[in-house]
Amino acid sequence: MSDDLELASTSQAQPDRFEDPGLPPHTPRRGDLDPKANKVSERIVVALFTISILGTIAMIAAYFALPPGQTAATMQRSNLAMGLGLAFALLGIGTGAVHWAKSLMSDHEVSEQRHELRSSDEVRAEAVAALKEGAEDSAIGRRTVLKGAVATSLALFPLTIAVPLIGNVGGDWDVAKFKHTMWKKGTRLTTDPLGRPIKAADVTIGSITSVMPEGIEQTAHPLDEKAKAVVVLLRLDPRDLKIQPGREDWQYDGIVAYSKICTHVGCPVALYEQQTHHLLCPCHQSTFDVADGAKVVFGPAKRALPQLPITVDSDGYLVASSDFTEPVGPSFWERLR
Amino acid sequence: MTSPAAATADYLDQRTGIGGAVKEFARKVFPDHWSFLLGEIALYSFVTLLISGTFLTMFFVPSMTEVTYHGPWASLQGTRMSEAFASTLRLSFEVRGGLLMRQVHHWAALIFMASIVTHMMRVFFTGAFRKPRELNWVVGFTLLLLGLAAGFSGYSLPDDVLSGNGLRISDGVLRAVPIIGTYGSYFLFGGEFPGEALIPRLFTVHILLVPGLILALVGLHLFMVVLAKHTQYPGSGRSDRNVVGFPLFPVYVAKAGGFFFMVFGVIALMAATMQINPVWNYGPYDPSPVSAGSQPDWYMLFLDGALRLMPGGAEFVVGGFTVPLNILIPAMVVPGVLFGVLATYPFIEAYATGDRREHHVLDRPRNRPFRTALGVSLLVAFFVLVLAGSNDLIATHFHLSINDITWVLRFALFLAPAAAFVVTKRMCLALQRRDRELVLHGHEHATILRTQSGEYIEVHQPLNEHERWIRVQHDPIRPLQVAPAQDSRGVRRKGYAADVRRAKLSRLFYADRVEPVTPAELAAAHSHGEHDALPGATAQHELVPGGHGALVADEDGH
Repeated sequence: MSDDLELASTSQAQPDRFEDPGLPPHTPRRGDLDPKANKVSERIVVALFTISILGTIAMIAAYFALPPGQTAATMQRSNLAMGLGLAFALLGIGTGAVHWAKSLMSDHEVSEQRHELRSSDEVRAEAVAALKEGAEDSAIGRRTVLKGAVATSLALFPLTIAVPLIGNVGGDWDVAKFKHTMWKKGTRLTTDPLGRPIKAADVTIGSITSVMPEGIEQTAHPLDEKAKAVVVLLRLDPRDLKIQPGREDWQYDGIVAYSKICTHVGCPVALYEQQTHHLLCPCHQSTFDVADGAKVVFGPAKRALPQLPITVDSDGYLVASSDFTEPVGPSFWERLR
Repeated sequence: MTSPAAATADYLDQRTGIGGAVKEFARKVFPDHWSFLLGEIALYSFVTLLISGTFLTMFFVPSMTEVTYHGPWASLQGTRMSEAFASTLRLSFEVRGGLLMRQVHHWAALIFMASIVTHMMRVFFTGAFRKPRELNWVVGFTLLLLGLAAGFSGYSLPDDVLSGNGLRISDGVLRAVPIIGTYGSYFLFGGEFPGEALIPRLFTVHILLVPGLILALVGLHLFMVVLAKHTQYPGSGRSDRNVVGFPLFPVYVAKAGGFFFMVFGVIALMAATMQINPVWNYGPYDPSPVSAGSQPDWYMLFLDGALRLMPGGAEFVVGGFTVPLNILIPAMVVPGVLFGVLATYPFIEAYATGDRREHHVLDRPRNRPFRTALGVSLLVAFFVLVLAGSNDLIATHFHLSINDITWVLRFALFLAPAAAFVVTKRMCLALQRRDRELVLHGHEHATILRTQSGEYIEVHQPLNEHERWIRVQHDPIRPLQVAPAQDSRGVRRKGYAADVRRAKLSRLFYADRVEPVTPAELAAAHSHGEHDALPGATAQHELVPGGHGALVADEDGH
């Protein structure tokens, strides 16, 4: 009531806050006053439920009459017919029920009291007493060794499930596999997905090819191998190519091979811009300059795409001179270890 | 006891005592507002997901065993693919109604997430999370995370090229985690990516673990709503001590029941007319191809956008170990901050406000400028990240440089939320001043009177008491004050430093404010004439120095 001091200047004493005026008067709907309007509302509700019945019939008819067929068009027609039937079957019920509630059921607002959620002091006291009684009964407070034994056994027993689960769930847990691919000295480069070996002479300047190691389909897990070993093969005009020191014999006459797996989070780096020699990852737009060691020129990746050292064999086919000299794909903690 | 209904009721009640529950709940009152339907949409789209999902499990084969396709879809004839992908094709082309159920399921998932997020926005901006509903906010927040998990695990099941690349990104993110990253990847994939274990594992997660948890938590969520009764918007006759609305039976049985059919119906309409995830065009997963312009489902876009915005230079090597901050920051820190703020906000606000009473009447967002501004700035940051996740589409549709867009969005991620905060807060304060103006002076009337002395005055129509109440019903909230560092005997009291910190936070929330008109101010405005405003009616009122007691909410004035 200290506010009274502040309000002394006003002529009469005022309450601190406004009073809630209470619920506003109820405005009747047309249907409440006019039986005709009421009847119309009822007819509308009946019509809506009838639409639902017709929708169900249409859906069943479409199920029998329109099989999905062989083409995208027949499939979409079947989907459209059944879907519209289903939609009307559902929307008829939904709009009918809601219109019924809004136009025909009572719209007088009702007020209900709330009660504080906390239990009363007496109930709380009884609850505490019950717990105390139970605790005393079990003498849990005094038996500390027993308490320790219970806690320890409960804490340990989940290991019986966790240990076998964790032991098996990661396969052989040999994470060193991340560091090697199936490329080795003499592995032929073959086209993806047909698996044809590639003659150096057939690679045109400005071209880009997706390449797999020969024999990948014969491995135990071709997709796992491909996820690491897939390579892009490009041929640049040797005048455009900035050869990295120490990698003089990693390319063959302007033909270079880089890992296709982005060093950011591992998407295939698939978009090539011939004019600028930029490779772009379509997932997060990391951009690599293939004329300059596939170094990053833009985007969220940090490292250049690993280069696969290549040469030609005696038949003129492109082959790897070794595996990649660093792990391919996204960075991980022990990558350089 | 002759009618069949009465006989059945008697039978049931003798065995369950259900009469008590019926008496309790049949006429239970729920308040009415369109924004309360957002949570219902989430519930009903979840039911739609359960119905359509059960249908799909009858035909989907969760296996990565390789098969060769010999089905009606010509362009994939003879292609090798996993059984998961082949069975998805069979669902689309050979199971009648299978494509419809697939599309219902996918659209329902998108709507499920959208309705969870908008429902959460409604709860946030109206302060429905305040005591006694903080715990239910946490339950709802957990449901949001479970929704993300459900969406992500389900999206990956068809084993198509698009979702496979999504999994590959998850693998890259997982590997970035220091020390345990590579083991995390093996844990998920059962060995090297992609392996042959993932689809069956995701299937179990998607159809058992996550929906089971969602179902349990939805039950808890609704139970807690019933326990505390629903909140209501401010209005005359509505207070923290009552709930005004319509009875469950028959009004809400019809309305809510009908609304379920409407939600399901709209989803069916979408599934009938809008194609979603045509995996037969993408092809089975293969680590080599990827299509340009590939986007994840909308609720994952912000994470993808964060990954796109982060410059690569943040990766570094220390002691031979690689720490890819260019991945850890966008994929772990950004969602960590976003979800951390969301999960803890009710507790932070209660701490800054310092009141301990129950709140059942919702806030008008304008009356909580700091909260509203914070919410809008979080949304703006989310939206910038969504745009960043679509930067390639923006570039191709508007013929812009992808690099320029990325740079603009990098700055926008910091500047836009800050600007949104300031603008929203100012708008809230301005709207509150507008409310004061209306209460004090009434509606403009477009009538000008000239007095005998030649003075012109504009006639205002005073507000009726119901119009006025909605603008004056809220409590003025003032920043917490700190009790002096020393007590009366000059002894430094414990917890003073903590109190100072708390008061600082409280000032951050409530220093800028406009308080509701009091009856005295209205009386003064009337007695002094229209142009003679009280000091309280102007901006001077905003920075009322608080009281000087201990650190308590200064609700009783000063």
